[in-house]
Amino acid sequence: MYRYDAYDQSLVAERAAQFREQVGRRVRGELSEDQFKPLRLMNGLYLQLHAYMLRVSIPYGVLSSGQLEKLAHIARVYDKGYGHFTTRQNIQFNWPKLQDVPDILDELASVEMHAIQTSGNCIRNITSDHFAGAAEDEVEDPRPWCEIIRQWSTLHPEFSFLPRKFKIAVTAGATDRAAVRLHDIGLHLKHDGAGRAVFDVFVGGGMGRTPFIGSLIKTGLPGEHLLSYLEACLRVYNRYGRRDNIYKARIKILVQSLGPAEYARQVEAEWEAIRDGALTLPEAEIARIRAYFAPPPFKSAPEQSAVFEKALAEDAAFARWARANVHRHRATGYASVTVSLKAIGETPGDASADQMEAVAALAREFSFDEARVTHEQNLVLPHVEREALREVWARLDAHRLATPNAGLVSDIIACPGLDYCDLANTRSIPVAQAIAETFADLDAQAHIGELKIKISGCINACGHHHVGHIGILGVDKQGEEFYQILLGGRADENARLASISGKGLPASAIPGAIKRVVDAYLALRTDENERFIAAFERVGAAPFEEALYAS
Amino acid sequence: MRVKPAPPRANAYFTALIRGGAVVKDDPWAPLDDAAPAPDGADVIVSTRRLLAEGPALARRPLGGRLGVRIEANEAVEAVADHLPLLALVAVNFPAFRDGRGFTTARLLRERYRFAGEVRAVGDVLQDMVFFLLRCGFDALELKAQDPEAAFAQAARAFTHVYQPAADARPAAFALRAENPS
Repeated sequence: MYRYDAYDQSLVAERAAQFREQVGRRVRGELSEDQFKPLRLMNGLYLQLHAYMLRVSIPYGVLSSGQLEKLAHIARVYDKGYGHFTTRQNIQFNWPKLQDVPDILDELASVEMHAIQTSGNCIRNITSDHFAGAAEDEVEDPRPWCEIIRQWSTLHPEFSFLPRKFKIAVTAGATDRAAVRLHDIGLHLKHDGAGRAVFDVFVGGGMGRTPFIGSLIKTGLPGEHLLSYLEACLRVYNRYGRRDNIYKARIKILVQSLGPAEYARQVEAEWEAIRDGALTLPEAEIARIRAYFAPPPFKSAPEQSAVFEKALAEDAAFARWARANVHRHRATGYASVTVSLKAIGETPGDASADQMEAVAALAREFSFDEARVTHEQNLVLPHVEREALREVWARLDAHRLATPNAGLVSDIIACPGLDYCDLANTRSIPVAQAIAETFADLDAQAHIGELKIKISGCINACGHHHVGHIGILGVDKQGEEFYQILLGGRADENARLASISGKGLPASAIPGAIKRVVDAYLALRTDENERFIAAFERVGAAPFEEALYAS
Repeated sequence: MRVKPAPPRANAYFTALIRGGAVVKDDPWAPLDDAAPAPDGADVIVSTRRLLAEGPALARRPLGGRLGVRIEANEAVEAVADHLPLLALVAVNFPAFRDGRGFTTARLLRERYRFAGEVRAVGDVLQDMVFFLLRCGFDALELKAQDPEAAFAQAARAFTHVYQPAADARPAAFALRAENPS
């Protein structure tokens, strides 16, 4: 993975020192909260319902064991012993004290981490495929390009006061696990006929109150011109994006109002003026960054592991976990492992300090010192030898991290909701917990198969309800929490927005309603191989909506 | 929270024009209303509308006096590009510190149109913008702060290295790495 050099380290250290001075002025009363607000927001520090919240950047979701241990340390020393992994592959600490935040930033800087640009109207953390570098279906590892974009976007002088926040995602897989069509800019890395890195560029995707699937505005963009093209995209947005209404300020609104073709034309004209300038990436810099992401020294292991096969045959619980949480790997004899942060009844995405340390230790021993954060709020051990899977499973299980539900009905994305967030209309976490408990039978979950439920506690859609196979949106109705159900969304390479069905339901009715929809699916699917979303696309919404409101 | 309430004085902000790191006490430039006659021999800043209408005459007043223009956030720098040779100053207005359009305006002035006169940030210009403003090619700022000179000094030297080429002369980290491979 990437390691800081002197340039990277000095920037992060200087930023931490700058914020220490600003917090000092605030604590001494020299700055009012209003004056302090823009400063803290540039450092990922929000003021939530009950306390400050610090959002720490995890670039493209990649963590070393040492970094994960540092996050555990911060959770234990400065917070209440846990952290919350987010849909943007970051981590949030919910209870830090303001006067401790400078120390936390110093702790982070000591392991090459920071909270820069995790809030504010700037380019946020670059996200990517959580199986990057491990996936069978990618043309090359997208992470070097994520790192190149991370550096370019950090303290960008022109784009730190955009109309609104800006999210960029990169994937290199045939299967899109990074939801690139739901981002302000989504990049799909491919190879041209000569094997060179080129990008398809999607612009103007996003969720929130007016969701859109991104429009493809460029194909075959050469890698060395990636930054100049992004700069052109951002420049057109910075100049012409709306600033009069924050709900219409995202780039998706500009792209829709101009039309994707006209937006693309303006970008192309701007790009022509800058494309061969100082932003052209030197081949040596691309090679330097790629070298950090060279594949780890995989052993030449046999495709079939006798130890693994024997364990599958002997241990039903292990076999159930392996079916759901173990994923094919590009290297023979290896697998990627989803570490579930969705134990039945727990808060989706939360991990205790002990759990983080357990995963860090496993990453060090079994996964070349690397862990990942997924946008579905789980962790991943990307490179585990099949021989070792049973031991990894047992050790995860000892920390309640081996729930065999990756991609299944209880692997729910949920925003923090009204339990933490001052924007929320309703709670999300208790709804997720209640649904998970309704489907607590792990064999039944496996029988249902892949089903993605996503819950947002308000229209801002942090829980991605627009692209849930089943989406749940919390709305406030005269002081009461109601939930609208959406059906048929997906965030992958065939991205589609879910449609709202019928009237909202109270929280108590949601688990039963979801159960009826799932039962309707089980009754109408052609066989166990027809996934929920495939069945939905075959038969349409009607039978599911009927089940939803049956009593 | 053990945070003291801000004392009344904390809200006392001052605006000072800063150029080359120092407060400019005797700024010769004055805005000129669209309807007012142009004073001969004085340095005036006009709107883009007046520049487009009367630019050559304003630039060649009998007793001299330099000409500047003020570009609003919603105005395109392209519209005045042909008139840039008449100008000694471009003031770029920031109607609110959240409004970052002026950063692009300045970069285009410097990098695309090679404008070599003064590019001055005016309006809601706060300490947090200073580092970025300098990188985008501003060389004068009407800075609003409790102590503008100190705020400028601190912000201007906040970061030793930068990641992007921009309108200043600072090389991006990737260019430095290419020169000095480690």
